[in-house]
Amino acid sequence: MKLLIKNGRVIDPLNEVDGKMDVLINNGKIADMDKELEAGENVRVIDAKGKIVCPGFIDMHVHLRDPGYLYKEEIASGTRAAAAGGFTTVCCMPNTKPVVDNAAVAAYVRQIAARTGIINVLPIGAITREQKGEQLTEMADLIAAGCIAVSDDGKPVEKAEIMRNALEYAKMFDLPVLSHCEDLSLSRDGQMHEGYYSTIYGLKGIPAAAEEIMAERDIILARLTGGHVHICHISSQGTVDLIRKAKAEGIRVTCEVTPHHLTMTDEALGTYDANTKVNPPLRSAEHIQALLAGIKDGTIDCIATDHAPHELESKDCEFNLASFGISGLETAVPLIMSLLDKEFDMYRMVQLFTAGPARVLGLNKGSIGIGDIADITILDPDKIKTVDPDNFYSKGRNTPFGGRQLKGWPWMTIVNGKIVAEDGRIIEE
Amino acid sequence: MALAQRKDLLGLRDMSREEIEMILQTAVPMKDIIKRDIKKVPTLRGKALVTVFYEPSTRTRTSFEIAGKYLSADTVNLAVSTSSVQKGESLRDTIKTIEVMGFDVIVMRHAMSGTPHYVARNTDMRVINAGDGANEHPTQALLDLYTIKEKKGTLEGLAVTIVGDILHSRVARSNIYGLSKFGCDIRVVGPSTLMAPEIEKLGVKCYYDLEKAVAGADVVNILRIQKERQHSGLFPTLDEYANLYMIKKDKLKKAKEDVLILHPGPMNRGVEISSEIADGTQALINEQVTNGVAVRMALLFLMMGGTRDEITN
Repeated sequence: MKLLIKNGRVIDPLNEVDGKMDVLINNGKIADMDKELEAGENVRVIDAKGKIVCPGFIDMHVHLRDPGYLYKEEIASGTRAAAAGGFTTVCCMPNTKPVVDNAAVAAYVRQIAARTGIINVLPIGAITREQKGEQLTEMADLIAAGCIAVSDDGKPVEKAEIMRNALEYAKMFDLPVLSHCEDLSLSRDGQMHEGYYSTIYGLKGIPAAAEEIMAERDIILARLTGGHVHICHISSQGTVDLIRKAKAEGIRVTCEVTPHHLTMTDEALGTYDANTKVNPPLRSAEHIQALLAGIKDGTIDCIATDHAPHELESKDCEFNLASFGISGLETAVPLIMSLLDKEFDMYRMVQLFTAGPARVLGLNKGSIGIGDIADITILDPDKIKTVDPDNFYSKGRNTPFGGRQLKGWPWMTIVNGKIVAEDGRIIEE
Repeated sequence: MALAQRKDLLGLRDMSREEIEMILQTAVPMKDIIKRDIKKVPTLRGKALVTVFYEPSTRTRTSFEIAGKYLSADTVNLAVSTSSVQKGESLRDTIKTIEVMGFDVIVMRHAMSGTPHYVARNTDMRVINAGDGANEHPTQALLDLYTIKEKKGTLEGLAVTIVGDILHSRVARSNIYGLSKFGCDIRVVGPSTLMAPEIEKLGVKCYYDLEKAVAGADVVNILRIQKERQHSGLFPTLDEYANLYMIKKDKLKKAKEDVLILHPGPMNRGVEISSEIADGTQALINEQVTNGVAVRMALLFLMMGGTRDEITN
């Protein structure tokens, strides 16, 4: 069936488009775009008046937990959460059981995604075997099996020598190395950001330096090797400054920031609700200001959720025993939209969710042009809704944002020309 | 907020000066009860109290137990190490089990900060925090305040120096929150590696030099040094710690002549406190223990809905 999206404001930063335009979709592709398109026979017309029509949003950092942790999430539930949250593509991290450190496991993920997923799932392979930080994975094989990047996310590559080799080796394939920056000796036993609130709440702090030291090391190694390092989930002012400086020097470094690091401070941990426990930790207001400055001046390339779903039991317990992580796919877009106008505009936001991650990963996605695959996210900037974790599609209800009223929500998610989510609900076939 | 309306006592940070004063005043007649020949009043007859300690403790647990008994409550100690934890039961299930046995109050000690807060959210029992991680130890601070007030007549404007491992100390935090509500001049002193980040924002002065920190002090409260901190590299040796921070006579020269010495116990003699001070006339360490029972009696009494008149009449 053909779809005609009428009267919407189309924002496509990759093609530098921002204006009222109609979009015709046929056979899963963008068939036509113009100021005014007529609906022909057999065309479903979608009135997008007052809505923002964007290239499909890409989340380059999610944990879908399959294989091994299906009690936390499945590809079926995770991709539905993503679709309801406005995403058409997610990249899933390899810290599963077994780890995605060989072509067979990567092929398994793609197979399950094809069978049970409802959006595009691109696997990320491990940097080292079993993520042990010792031996490089067969990266050429991982790429052949569909991996679009490598990462040992969840833990850092501790040895500088291994990271150096990884960047050197991945460079051959123009493969980005996604780095979880954490000096484990500084973060050991840490529960929250080290600062005033860790003093007040009596929880062991994780200093910003734990992230910054590793980010600096990886930047230096990227300079040495010419490889592309992408710093995951940056959370500190120091990291923003280091990346800004490195980019100015022409080093191949990119980075992402999560919605929760932009919208919640460490003060929130005072209830000892383990849903606020995340790694890297929620930091202070000064760090948030620095991250926002990094978004405004282009230092930060994209927004990624670090969607980390957990089962109830691993959060409903003593704070120190709780798992780290926030289930983020279904709140990411409204959380970022809540910052609009105050911090940055709609165009920049769309860029951070589309062209940004597409550029980091070298994906042929993130734009709306005639002939492109019709992956489209439509936003309703006026919709006001309260976050209700009980209505999540994700198995992980672990969010500290439950009950927060937010303005601006995804309205429609179209994957491959097919409507998969509308107004936060999944349209099943 | 009146204490009777308060379900739990989790810390002094969010407690008002009025509530603290009420507890300290009520503890006065309670202390008289302890000194009587027949140390029992029927006030809490029919109430049940359980102490659940996930960390070893003798004095705090015993203090709560006897406080409950003097008020005629039924008190039970749950020996955690031999119980459900070893069988892998979740804390939530353990607490539920205790609750359905009919206990009114649970007194909890836990090595992890915030655990009493988590428990309080998940039970109808009243929860009293008997020390959680590095967060708070409210009844210790209340008994410290009581002890100081009893000797000095007032808390208002006193200079109080807290010495030792500030970073990991729940006693320090609760004392800071309590004392700051009475306009005290609070100083904290200890090695820089054991100082909590941005602690000055709590309205305290931070020192590394012991003699400067105790100059003009009305009270010196000495924290217990955990010997394992040395092994995690936070200070080089206990000897060096003792050289720099052990309270002994010549370090107190600049303090007020009638300076009071507090220590929550148990003491490491020769590490954070010298025997001449521990056994000296200005040390109130045994007095603190007695006062601890009185303060905990007052707290239990007030939280279970009693009024102050009821006990003095």
